[in-house]
Amino acid sequence: MTRIRLFDHLVLMLGVFIMVAPVVVAFMTSTHEAADIHRNGLSLTWGGHFTETYDTVLTRKGGFTGEITGARMIWNSLILGIGFAAGKIVLSMLAAYAIVYFRFRLGTLFFWMIFTTLLLPLEVRIVPSYEVMNKLSLTNTYTGLIVPLLASATGTFFFRQFFKSVPEELLEAARIDGAGPFKFFIDVLVPLSRTMIAAIFIIMFVYGWNQYLWPTLMTTDERFFTLVRGIKQILLVWVGSNIPDYNEAFALAILAMLPPVMIVLIFQRWFIKGLTESDK
Amino acid sequence: MASIGIRDVSKIYNGGVTAVSSVNIDIADGEFIVLVGPSGCGKSTLLRMVAGLETISEGQVTIGGRTVNDVDPADRDIAMVFQNYALYPHMTVYENLAYGLKNRGTPRSEIDARVAEAARMLELQPYLERKPRALSGGQRQRVAMGRAIVRKPSAFLFDEPLSNLDAKLRVSMRGEIKRLQRRVGTTSIYVTHDQLEAMTLADRLVVLSGGRIEQIGRPLDVYHRPATTFVASFIGSPAMNLVSGELHGSKLALGPALIDLGATVPTQGAVTVGLRAEDLRLHEGAGGSLPFRIDYVEELGSQRLVHGMVGDQAMVAALSSEIPLPEPASLSIAPSRLHFFDTASGQRIDWSGEAAGQGALAAVPEAVA
Ligand SMILES: Nc1ncnc2c1ncn2[C@@H]1O[C@H](COP(=O)(O)OP(=O)(O)O)[C@@H](O)[C@H]1O
Ligand SMILES: [Mg+2]
Repeated sequence: MTRIRLFDHLVLMLGVFIMVAPVVVAFMTSTHEAADIHRNGLSLTWGGHFTETYDTVLTRKGGFTGEITGARMIWNSLILGIGFAAGKIVLSMLAAYAIVYFRFRLGTLFFWMIFTTLLLPLEVRIVPSYEVMNKLSLTNTYTGLIVPLLASATGTFFFRQFFKSVPEELLEAARIDGAGPFKFFIDVLVPLSRTMIAAIFIIMFVYGWNQYLWPTLMTTDERFFTLVRGIKQILLVWVGSNIPDYNEAFALAILAMLPPVMIVLIFQRWFIKGLTESDK
Repeated sequence: MASIGIRDVSKIYNGGVTAVSSVNIDIADGEFIVLVGPSGCGKSTLLRMVAGLETISEGQVTIGGRTVNDVDPADRDIAMVFQNYALYPHMTVYENLAYGLKNRGTPRSEIDARVAEAARMLELQPYLERKPRALSGGQRQRVAMGRAIVRKPSAFLFDEPLSNLDAKLRVSMRGEIKRLQRRVGTTSIYVTHDQLEAMTLADRLVVLSGGRIEQIGRPLDVYHRPATTFVASFIGSPAMNLVSGELHGSKLALGPALIDLGATVPTQGAVTVGLRAEDLRLHEGAGGSLPFRIDYVEELGSQRLVHGMVGDQAMVAALSSEIPLPEPASLSIAPSRLHFFDTASGQRIDWSGEAAGQGALAAVPEAVA
């Protein structure tokens, strides 16, 4: 290790500044009143309306039906994010398990088919997916929101690579120890995959949390609106003669950031622990 | 505890590689069998067929009289120790030992008792709550053995269990395995490429080459009466000197020397002659019958290996390091210690003049010439 130089600090500080400054600006601005923001633009000073704005955003029933609060939207986003991440992990682990440990005909072909879909973003199939959900009457349900997004080529690929790196002897030892396919998966593979699970959970949660297009298509009922949609909704009043509630939009944006940050913080611990503990 | 039968067993891998061909071994209850041979000779494949980790292409494997060809590894009542230990990295030592018992629905109290007993036997008590990564190589190896012992299986199968250890630890673990096997009396099959390990551990050795059995026998029998040139060069260190000679009546022409055998060998003409390095004696000048041109010397401490030429053939002699190395020098050997092999097939040729066994060998006086 070389000595940490002043220059290194400067680079790091610059990085931190570039990353954090916009967040600070957004947070500071969110504490001003909407008219204030409209007049003076973004601001770096404390506006003093923190409690009112955040309280409003979280608890005021808004929207056309007057039923949706910020807290509700956070809840919806959490369901989407967690359901999305957990579902993807379960599904892709099972798929990878089948591909790596069971020799079935055309297994490799299936893997490459899944792998190829890596190249296709969700947007390509979004209309047919919507069609299917609509026919199944699953629009405006959490199921419809989550299930069509679960198949994950990325996750399957990562887990496949990981399972392939698990020594063959471990499987053989488990077989001799009387562990069947299910026990081996639960007792050995899942615990060994902790690090991978944590990493993929972080990525997938943030990805699911930030989904915009799909929830917009799938949910017309405001009770199912997610946070990301909600922010958009606030700014929509622009069409009228009102000043949009900039402060609330900023507040929501700040709130929208918190759960992913927390997920990263929590899982990162687990993640790093896993990395340093495993002897591979 | 059980006997194991391996009958006409062959393994042909997809792609046509014949890894094991027509192997027959009868293993008695409680016997310690070592499969030994160079890398790639099919030892692991054979062991894994007994374990059930590899399908049996041809033949039959029986454990305790029951044919197990189609029986799951878990139901063969065997335990295996792997070269890389294959411990479950996320489980503590206790959990590693208990896992197989748990899967078989052994009652909790029984598991505790068995793990405690194995831990005591292997001196693992202080480490029961540790994860494998917090253990040294030797300790991991002991955990792997413990995992086999707690199950009280009919047979232990070892696949090069000591290869990942350093030389010193290997020797002490070798002793430990032997002691343990004696104590629990479980039938064992042990795979190694190390002939010394094989000699020291085995009740009986099975020497394999190219998927075939070259010889089965007790270590000393194999050492003293190797069945083929392959076994002769594989068992024993340094390897037996194999040189070409010619038989004329009861005389052997070896390079420039003519040795009177005092008995006839049931073959005449060209023959492969085997001379153990430790059976050779060194003489000053032409005191021995084989003129020896010394090339270089390897000092091993207790003895030295003297490399040189007899005529145009290389020869190694293992000598006490106290003996001075004269120049010129010659070698001699008791005729009864000569081994003869058919040059074409490599098969041993028994003859009436050879030493009959250990007792007879011990009686041979030093330095006959
Ligand atoms: N899964 C396999 N497929 C094809 N050939 C194999 C396979 N496993 C081993 N072999 C071949 O079988 C032979 C014996 O292998 P192995 O039993 O592992 O040897 P050893 O343990 O004596 O070193 C080798 O030639 C090896 O290349
Ligand atoms: Mg091997």
